[in-house]
Amino acid sequence: MILAMIVINNQGKPRLAKFYNYTPVEQQQHIIRSIYSVLCLQPENVTNFIEGASFLGPDTRLVYKLFATLYFVFVFDSSENELAMFDLIQVYVETLEKCFNNVCELDIVLNYSKMHTILDEMILGGQVVETNSEKVMQAVEEISKLEKVTTATKLISKSASLLWG
Amino acid sequence: MNPFSSGTRLRDMIRAIRACKTAAEERAVVRKECASIRAAVSDNENDYRHRNLAKLMFIHMLGYPTHFGQMECLKLIAAPGFPEKRIGYLGLMLLLDERQEVLMLVTNSLKQDLNHTNQYIVGLALCALGNISSAEMARDLAPEVERLLQFRDPNVRKKAALCSIRIIKKVPDLAENFVNPVASLLKEKHHGVLLTAIQLCADLCMISEEALEYFRKKCTEGLVKVLKDAVNSPYAPEYDISGISDPFLQIRLLRILRILGHGDADASDLMNDILAQVATKTESNKNAGNAILYECVETIMSIEDSGGLRVLAINILGRFLSNRDNNIRYVALNMLMKAISIDGQAVQRHRATILECVKDSDASIRKRALELVSLLVNESNVKPLTKELIDYLEVSDNDFKGDLTVKICSIVEKLSPEKIWYIDQMLKVLCEAGNYVKDEVWHALIVVITNASNLHGYTVRALYRAIQTSGDQEAVVRVAIWCIGEYGDLLVNNIGMLDLEEPMTVTENDVVDAIEVASKRHASDLTTRSMCLVALLKLSSRFPSCSQRIKDIVTQFKGSHLLELQQRSLEFDSIIEKHQNLRSALVERMPVLDEATYSGRRAGSLPAVASTSQGNPLQLPNGVPKTVDAPLLDLLDLSADEPAPPTSSSANFLQDLLGDDILSSSSQSGRIQTQKSGTDVLLDLLSTGSPPAQNGSFTADILSISEDNNNKTTVNALNGLSSPVVTSAQRSHTSPVMDLLDGFGPNPTLPNNGPTFPPLVAFENSSLSLIFKFSKQPGSPQITQIEASFTNKSSEVYTDFIFQAAVPKFLQLHLEPASSNTLPGNGNGSITQKLRVTNNQHGKKSLVMRIRISYKLNNKDMLEEGQISNFPRDL
Repeated sequence: MILAMIVINNQGKPRLAKFYNYTPVEQQQHIIRSIYSVLCLQPENVTNFIEGASFLGPDTRLVYKLFATLYFVFVFDSSENELAMFDLIQVYVETLEKCFNNVCELDIVLNYSKMHTILDEMILGGQVVETNSEKVMQAVEEISKLEKVTTATKLISKSASLLWG
Repeated sequence: MNPFSSGTRLRDMIRAIRACKTAAEERAVVRKECASIRAAVSDNENDYRHRNLAKLMFIHMLGYPTHFGQMECLKLIAAPGFPEKRIGYLGLMLLLDERQEVLMLVTNSLKQDLNHTNQYIVGLALCALGNISSAEMARDLAPEVERLLQFRDPNVRKKAALCSIRIIKKVPDLAENFVNPVASLLKEKHHGVLLTAIQLCADLCMISEEALEYFRKKCTEGLVKVLKDAVNSPYAPEYDISGISDPFLQIRLLRILRILGHGDADASDLMNDILAQVATKTESNKNAGNAILYECVETIMSIEDSGGLRVLAINILGRFLSNRDNNIRYVALNMLMKAISIDGQAVQRHRATILECVKDSDASIRKRALELVSLLVNESNVKPLTKELIDYLEVSDNDFKGDLTVKICSIVEKLSPEKIWYIDQMLKVLCEAGNYVKDEVWHALIVVITNASNLHGYTVRALYRAIQTSGDQEAVVRVAIWCIGEYGDLLVNNIGMLDLEEPMTVTENDVVDAIEVASKRHASDLTTRSMCLVALLKLSSRFPSCSQRIKDIVTQFKGSHLLELQQRSLEFDSIIEKHQNLRSALVERMPVLDEATYSGRRAGSLPAVASTSQGNPLQLPNGVPKTVDAPLLDLLDLSADEPAPPTSSSANFLQDLLGDDILSSSSQSGRIQTQKSGTDVLLDLLSTGSPPAQNGSFTADILSISEDNNNKTTVNALNGLSSPVVTSAQRSHTSPVMDLLDGFGPNPTLPNNGPTFPPLVAFENSSLSLIFKFSKQPGSPQITQIEASFTNKSSEVYTDFIFQAAVPKFLQLHLEPASSNTLPGNGNGSITQKLRVTNNQHGKKSLVMRIRISYKLNNKDMLEEGQISNFPRDL
């Protein structure tokens, strides 16, 4: 099971944090900080895996990958394949890339809820739902279309009600 | 409309937060935003509700409290529009948790949304339920989810499958309802549905034994076929990751096969072919391919044995080990660690490659490989493996040397075929990395050396050579000093030569030189220097011709600013000079240290060993924290030279040194120190602020006690600084003091059995309790033996636990060392400590005591103080 998905920038600021088991806010912050303190000391050319016993309890591992200024981190237990998790980061980032075209940190900060939508289409309750970034994109696009349509109709109805009301 | 709540847009808020230069600025911005959101919440405003919640989620991610937004989530979820619902569900998953009552209120909305006509809204509800469902919700909504497993749209089916996992995890009783739907889902072709159905199937198998049996019988064949198709399918670009078709599905399939095949020969039989196919056909030049291979290996390892496959699997791991990618090497080592218990022989074949990994540039790989090597070592390969590791020690990184030495030492210790080999290897390690080994390592070496009586000469000569070349490695110097002190005569006279040794000429002066060098080396710390002094004292008797020279060296330390050295120097000087007659008996060879006791102690009480790590090797078996010594008293006591019965009071340097042959003078010194350790505490408590080791006040204190005892005022505290006065004072009153301490009371006619007293709860708060049990020696009514036992009722462990007590002047208090300095939680064990109180006004006044308990709770210093005045009257 995947226990958490975290995106941290190289200054230690969280950009996305999703925990699949209940974790109080203070503990979340503590975990993010301690993960960052380990990540920023990782030299180059070492494994992307870190024993996670100190972050989220025994039998946990984390895999990370650095893209430009952002660390993408998955925390998971022993039932997951480490190498597959590593690929999952790749899938997630590919999807972001398709979504934002040349994704940069600012996109991620400003489109915080979209990041969550994408993640929710890929992982549900700590399990992988979909690994095909095309399909994820389809779902995400449908959802944003729905949002726009309903917002538009709402605005129309509102202005209409203003007109006649 | 509330004037504040129109507020800023989400983007503007994020920009404002990003523009903050300090944490304080950020807090201010967040506070302002939160205030306006709160205002909007209390106005129950609709228009900006979902924008406000979006802001709150961002604020939540930054770690600020957002509980006031929880009800807003519920309102948004209940709203009809899609954008509101979406944000509402997002907020629900982030801001709420399954433990909150509020969550119950959302059950109804969820139920409606699960039945919604818009499949995206159903998707949102499933996602939320799958992430945060509580047991109650799971029970209420399970029928809806079950129904959705057959929904027409595959995207809903796959989410429903994962949602079911959460449900059966929360309410395992519901598992049986899902078995049949899953069996039909497993026959589907849709990738996502299959992936999630397999996952659900795996979780069902985990939860219910019946489900496992069912799937094993009905589905194994089908799943094998699915995997076969996935492996042999023509290139399917949509699920391809770097050229490997659908690795995630393959991995999930392999995993479910592992669960089904584990412990069942028939099921394992069915999957042999396809596993072999996966293991041989999958390309291993891509991460995705290796992920599949890795999973395949794990499956092969856990299903029922079919020899050929396991060899294939371990060979794949062997290939992984020489892969250039760190990640691959890392997982291979992890897997080999598991494989070693299944097929150790096959893993042994890759020993050479694993050894190469110990030298890897990546620290995490080195560490893993080292662990693995230590598991691989056995009697037959211990010699070559140790040689490899020790050779590598020379070139390894300094920060890896610590780990490496620990492993080498434990390997050598566990598997050494003979003692001489053990000693040789340990010497190599110490010479190479003596600054990195833990104290236990060289302590253990000394224990082994004392036990190998035929190797004493060999060892001391080897060590002598070693400090000539590796004098900068602390541990080797210490062991060498200790051995030279003990066996210096064997070194000089080439006694106990083994055949393989070359004779060497070492004069007595050379030996003393070596020790002198070590004692004056800048890098030598207190322990090494004290050991040098002890060694010199021993040599002064072994090499009579060098006696004068040794005395000169010892004397130089009289000026040392380190109290310990100064004191030893004074003592040893006086032993060498004035006590020729007893010196040789005093510095006899140490009795053989008992290996069993030592290793038992090491295993049983690591903290105790740790606390002596700064001490002298001779103190190995003691967990007694070293007390601060007072040179004046010790010296004075030695010259007093009065015979006294041996005592078994707290062990100290001299007593240990003397081993079994306790001599009168030194035993007395031991007792004085004992008394002192009691008074130190007293002093510490009564006069906070003045360090206990201060000679002046210390002497004064001793004197004032003796004054009280004898009601004679010979000296006042100020004069106490000059030693002659002290000597006379002490001499004149020695006997009563001694008597009181010894328990030889002046009036021996008393009933045989002293009265018994009920135990007293001396201190109690919510977590800590202290109970005193009293006993009296028949014949000495003034003296009360108290056994204090501490219990910790909280769930935390207390460390660095120290108990101190102080008594008024008519009482004398002696504290024995505590049984431990760590107090486990939950009343799970206790610390005991014996106290001896002598009441000089027995019968007139009863006991009274002030106590202070200090300890560390989660590394925070804690302090408890109290006064006990409710002692039984007759104590």
